[in-house]
Amino acid sequence: MMATQATAAGPILTISGRGLPLRGNDIDTDRIMPARFLRVVSFDGLEQHLFEDDRATDPRHPFSNPRYAGATVLVVNANFGSGSSREHAPQGLLRSGIRAIIGESFAEIFQGNSAILGIPCFAAGHDEIGRLQMLVEQTPDVIIEADVRSGVVTAGSVRITASVPPALREAFLSGQWNPTAMLLDRYDEVRRVADRLPYIAGF
Amino acid sequence: MAETLFHKVWNAHAVRTLPSGQTQLFVGLHLIHEVTSPQAFDMLRQHGWKVACPNRTFATVDHIVPTNRQGRPFLDLMAEEMTGVLERNCREFGISLWTPDNENQGIVHVIGPELGLTQPGLTIACGDSHTSTHGALGAIALGIGTSQVRDVLASQSLALEPLKVRRIDVNGQLGPGVYAKDVILTIIRRLGVHGGGGFAYEYGGTALDKMTIDERMTICNMSIEGGARVGYVNPDETTFAFLRGRRFAPSGDAFDRAVAWWRTIASDRNASYDDRVTLDAASIEPTVTWGINPGQSVGISEPINADPTDEAFAFMGFTPGALVKGTRIDVAFIGSCTNGRLSDLEEAARLVKGHHVAPHVKALVVPGSRHVRRAAEAKGLHQVFIDAGFEWRGAGCSMCLGMNTDRLEGRQICASSSNRNFKGRQGSPTGRTLLMSPAMVAAAAVAGEVIDVRTFDTRGQVAGMGPARSKQ
Repeated sequence: MMATQATAAGPILTISGRGLPLRGNDIDTDRIMPARFLRVVSFDGLEQHLFEDDRATDPRHPFSNPRYAGATVLVVNANFGSGSSREHAPQGLLRSGIRAIIGESFAEIFQGNSAILGIPCFAAGHDEIGRLQMLVEQTPDVIIEADVRSGVVTAGSVRITASVPPALREAFLSGQWNPTAMLLDRYDEVRRVADRLPYIAGF
Repeated sequence: MAETLFHKVWNAHAVRTLPSGQTQLFVGLHLIHEVTSPQAFDMLRQHGWKVACPNRTFATVDHIVPTNRQGRPFLDLMAEEMTGVLERNCREFGISLWTPDNENQGIVHVIGPELGLTQPGLTIACGDSHTSTHGALGAIALGIGTSQVRDVLASQSLALEPLKVRRIDVNGQLGPGVYAKDVILTIIRRLGVHGGGGFAYEYGGTALDKMTIDERMTICNMSIEGGARVGYVNPDETTFAFLRGRRFAPSGDAFDRAVAWWRTIASDRNASYDDRVTLDAASIEPTVTWGINPGQSVGISEPINADPTDEAFAFMGFTPGALVKGTRIDVAFIGSCTNGRLSDLEEAARLVKGHHVAPHVKALVVPGSRHVRRAAEAKGLHQVFIDAGFEWRGAGCSMCLGMNTDRLEGRQICASSSNRNFKGRQGSPTGRTLLMSPAMVAAAAVAGEVIDVRTFDTRGQVAGMGPARSKQ
């Protein structure tokens, strides 16, 4: 059960591994994890359904391509993860072995859902991402190394500077990317804020 | 200092700054449903955590419930199981739950405002991206993932970064046949599907001022389709009148005290914004999507003008320069958290009264809640729809997304009042969605093809197209 992941927070400093290039802008979470696979009460096994419909219509889909088997770094384009807030999408990616995503930009809810699972999303420019995708397509064995603190991503001869939003970066570096314990830590302060709000007592 | 509603509400709910720099934000109202909560409850049990504020947490079933036959047990076994799991979780943790056995059940974003749970000045979280809907009443409402549902259950708070605020003014008068849906589709088209990243959208202007809460909900609902996690409208007299007398709204003197507070949380007149955008309401046409994201739309009389290599052309079967008008449809869907409220049904019924759905079209009307359904029936709308050949359903998300038994088949084309035209969204991997207002869906259902609702003659003709269509 991946729920154990919920407590296994430790610092995430660098991610390194083989890449998986997935081209296209605005790839929404309905495509990453079609809605019918949300008819479940656990996240177990979701990795089997990643991009299921896209893969059915495109036999050369990168998630079906054995050249990228075992990849841990997904390389995407703009506005990845738009649409539905379903955590099932990053849960599927996590369970398939993805540990970092590098792209031009990310939908906000998706980026937050990924962060809380310990998957940093690195943002870089269009041309830089294009170079990285091409490199991985040409040499799938190349190791991508992504450094959370500096945002520097290196792979073979490619070196790009990407960024993780500052608060998420600090959360990864300090190991506090999964915040529940921290939120519970000073619950008395939560109560104090609630007590000041007029609607809590019914005005 | 002059501030926006967003900043006032954020600051009033901020517990502390976390070491990462994120804010721990108190959540005033937590709404949950069957799809994104079961794993969160499991995580709670695993850690031995309790639900911090069960009395500020409300649950319903919407995504997965069948809408054709809602008696228990559901014939759809997975729907029954997921509902059962939610029932057990709510019982164990002491949370109010509304299932189809209860009069309050409905789409989570329809029932929150309807019951008066949604109020100005609240922070609201729900494991659903369309939570932005609740901003129509002046709340800061945001969609979250399941791990964050766990966080809110356990601590009634979230770790978040503040957003910038973009003020969007829509000024002037909407033309006939032009609705709130057309306004938000136009905003998304103009600012892009990722244009709202990092922003809360504050909607205002003379056109918004005149809108009902239902219309404002349609607009706020689709903020997320423009990339903005939060959308809101400042509370005003329309808001207060809407809330008065609702079940969970304050009553008596408390209502007056509430109104006094609600007035204070509205954005100050001279508040400064991170960005401002202005639209002329009169320039907006009935709008339809042609592509595979909600930003890919055109005015009904406007040809599609986009990069010919865009994958949306191949998927949808349109060619560059084509009109969407005239596209033959297979299915017409009226419903969803975007457009499944009573006023949406009233407008659609007004148009279809005395007409019949084209013979080749399957047409559904799915009320957003059991209250909406009952109110519509009290007005006789169900009979208008049934007489016109629509199926009249129970409350739920239905064909907005392929999670229940209402799904497109094969490459069917659906004229839909919902919010997403993503590939596969309506349950068939190759199904095609054309988003539009409920009035446009109603007109398309009768005509059998996409038409300009402004040319739809309620006396029985489609203007300029000869007598009642018979083009099967």
